[in-house]
Amino acid sequence: MNETLADAGVETAATTETSSCFARFVNVQKSYDGVELVVKDFSLDIRKGEFVTLLGPSGSGKTTCLMMMAGFETPTHGEILLKDEPISGLPPHKRGIGMVFQNYALFPHMTVAENLAFPLEVRHLNKAQIKEKVDKALAMVRLEEFGDRRPAQLSGGQQQRVALARALVFEPELVLMDEPLGALDKNLREEMQYEIKRIHARLGVTMIYVTHDQTEALTMSDRIAVFNDGIVQQLASPDELYERPENAFVAYFIGENNRLQGEVCEHLGDDCKVRLDSGDTVIAKPVAVGGVGSRTTLSLRPERVSILRGDAAEQFDNQFTATVQEVIYLGDHLRTRVAVCGNDDFILKTPNAQGVGVMRPGQQIQVGWSSADCRALDA
Amino acid sequence: MSESPAAPLRTADGVPLKVSLRRTVRRSKIKALLLVAPLLIFLFIAFLMPLFEMLWRSVDNPEVSTHLSRTVSALEGWNGESLPDEAAFAALAEDLREGQQERNLGLLSSRLNYEKSGMRSTISRTARRVDTLEPPYRASLIEVNDTWGELDTWKLIQREASPYTISYYLAAVDLQLSPDGEIVKVPEHMRIHATLFWRTLWMSAVITGLTLLLGYPVAFLLASLPARHSNLLMILVLLPFWTSLLVRTTTWIAILQSQGVLNDVMVALGLIADEARWQMIHNKLGTIIAMTHILLPFMILPLYSVMKTIPPSYMRAARSLGGKPFLSFRRVYFPLTIPGIAAGGILVFILSIGYYITPALVGGQSGRFITNYIAYHMQTSLNWGLAAAIASILLFVVIICYLVFNRLIGVDKVKLG
Repeated sequence: MNETLADAGVETAATTETSSCFARFVNVQKSYDGVELVVKDFSLDIRKGEFVTLLGPSGSGKTTCLMMMAGFETPTHGEILLKDEPISGLPPHKRGIGMVFQNYALFPHMTVAENLAFPLEVRHLNKAQIKEKVDKALAMVRLEEFGDRRPAQLSGGQQQRVALARALVFEPELVLMDEPLGALDKNLREEMQYEIKRIHARLGVTMIYVTHDQTEALTMSDRIAVFNDGIVQQLASPDELYERPENAFVAYFIGENNRLQGEVCEHLGDDCKVRLDSGDTVIAKPVAVGGVGSRTTLSLRPERVSILRGDAAEQFDNQFTATVQEVIYLGDHLRTRVAVCGNDDFILKTPNAQGVGVMRPGQQIQVGWSSADCRALDA
Repeated sequence: MSESPAAPLRTADGVPLKVSLRRTVRRSKIKALLLVAPLLIFLFIAFLMPLFEMLWRSVDNPEVSTHLSRTVSALEGWNGESLPDEAAFAALAEDLREGQQERNLGLLSSRLNYEKSGMRSTISRTARRVDTLEPPYRASLIEVNDTWGELDTWKLIQREASPYTISYYLAAVDLQLSPDGEIVKVPEHMRIHATLFWRTLWMSAVITGLTLLLGYPVAFLLASLPARHSNLLMILVLLPFWTSLLVRTTTWIAILQSQGVLNDVMVALGLIADEARWQMIHNKLGTIIAMTHILLPFMILPLYSVMKTIPPSYMRAARSLGGKPFLSFRRVYFPLTIPGIAAGGILVFILSIGYYITPALVGGQSGRFITNYIAYHMQTSLNWGLAAAIASILLFVVIICYLVFNRLIGVDKVKLG
């Protein structure tokens, strides 16, 4: 129950000292059928008190990793360590890991209080201790009044909170969450994100969180492992992932981005020159490209593209003429779809500030962006 | 919510909403009714009518009041303390004479014979000589057969004059009415039905328990295996349904009889001596083995349908919370399957207490069920009233089981897959 959040999440790079790692996946592979690998060589070091999210589309292997940590699946290869102890041989009930399931898995024949008491009873605590801990856990999720209800009599959000309380009531050091907010509607989901975050900060437990919702991942996590096709594409803090995606999948999966296809034609110190398929030439920042002649995908966040009005023309090293296709009014900002550099689906996000003129479809405008914001990634 | 609840809602043109709703659903209601009509008619003719006919027969008592109508009216007001007067004897002679002419005394004599043995021969002997009788009838009737001089005979006629009787129900549980109208047990050597009821109930309970014991793990596998394997297993579970009941039952005879497969194997393996072969068929054991096998799917399917709805995450949650495998099963999985256990149990138990063919074929003398006696009274002794009374009692037992089940669990839990 100590405040350990302060030291967690400050360091950005994964530390190489094994002793400070709370949980580790070491070269873990998993195959269900002996033909295909669901998880291909997964390694991850998790520090104590850290909130790590495994993010990826469905079928990317993230839930399988969680289930291997919980003990419901056995790694085909590799090792999982908890406090430097390999746990592959340990059955789930001896791992002492709290878990929140996708559909909460609250026992329907028990009351809320009985659900919370279950992990304490199996640990042979006495009645008074159980009552005290259950009351405390209910207070933590603000459901003091609901101890005698059955799970079916609670709303989705309340059930979620009970599931959370049940996973925490026996004070595990590690809590796993498998898309716990997937069944909630948007408002409730946001509320629960803050609630989970608050509890995480207060208790200082280590959490591994699985989701396919990038907003959820960005809001809650200290670090995010982006999964695709059984491989971690990038492991980094939320801002790092958004600002500096290392490959095309991460750029595409996290946030919105405009993509331009082309081939590298020249390296210029820190930058490179890319000839697009449309014939235009763009100055970009090489992140994951090969030598001259290799194919590349340029990734560009919509909010980093500016509409030029003549006066500030000199500040961008990339400038093009674009044709407005469509303007969508979104209140605080405008989404403008333009055709530029052979891409008809190029999105601009412009704040709805004073002095921004109205654009009409068919209008020609000047757009520009900095080479630092234009990341040349794998094709 | 601000409107007063008393004012009925109306549609735009002022028709009360309920009326309008009824009108719109009427067509679909009629259509639905027409779709089930053939079955309803069939059920009415083939099920409800025989059912009520049977219930009626178990209390119906027309023989004495029809065939001895004169005697019955002459006995009105008779106090039963001494033999009735001459008028009653004369009326009896007249009734018997008419019955002899129309040759319909058989039912009457059987009916009275159920209550007082010897009445059949008394009546037939008297009827044969009824034309030779002369007044005073009291003396001549007693002369023909001195049963007519017994007070009990007349009391019996007076008692059975009522159009309804409970004596079939009494007989069904080994009771009878004494001549004085008290309910007493039948003599020891004639008691059979109560034993059979009891045996039917406990053997059905054992069969239900065995099907549960054998079926629970199978249902669990069915519900938890991946679809490819569970489909194959489901076919194996359903396979018995594709085989004739008679074939399955007689197969058990081939396997279990003393010269049968199982005994031969055990003798060959030296487990038992050749002269000490086990008697496993034509007794209670045979009935239990064969019926457990035959009724197993009726336990597995409702269990499976309940288990299928229990997400595997419950057990995982219990394990992750620190529950050892068996404890997690006992505290979490098992309680959730109770509706399935109850549904399968009630189904097997009800089917079992009404089972006929299997106990008849493999039950021998000691493994018979009450149903075999219903058949016996229907086909051999031709005491349909008693058969109806036994069947009605069986029906009441089933109804009580059903009501208790519905109260505790809910009948909607009985699903076959």
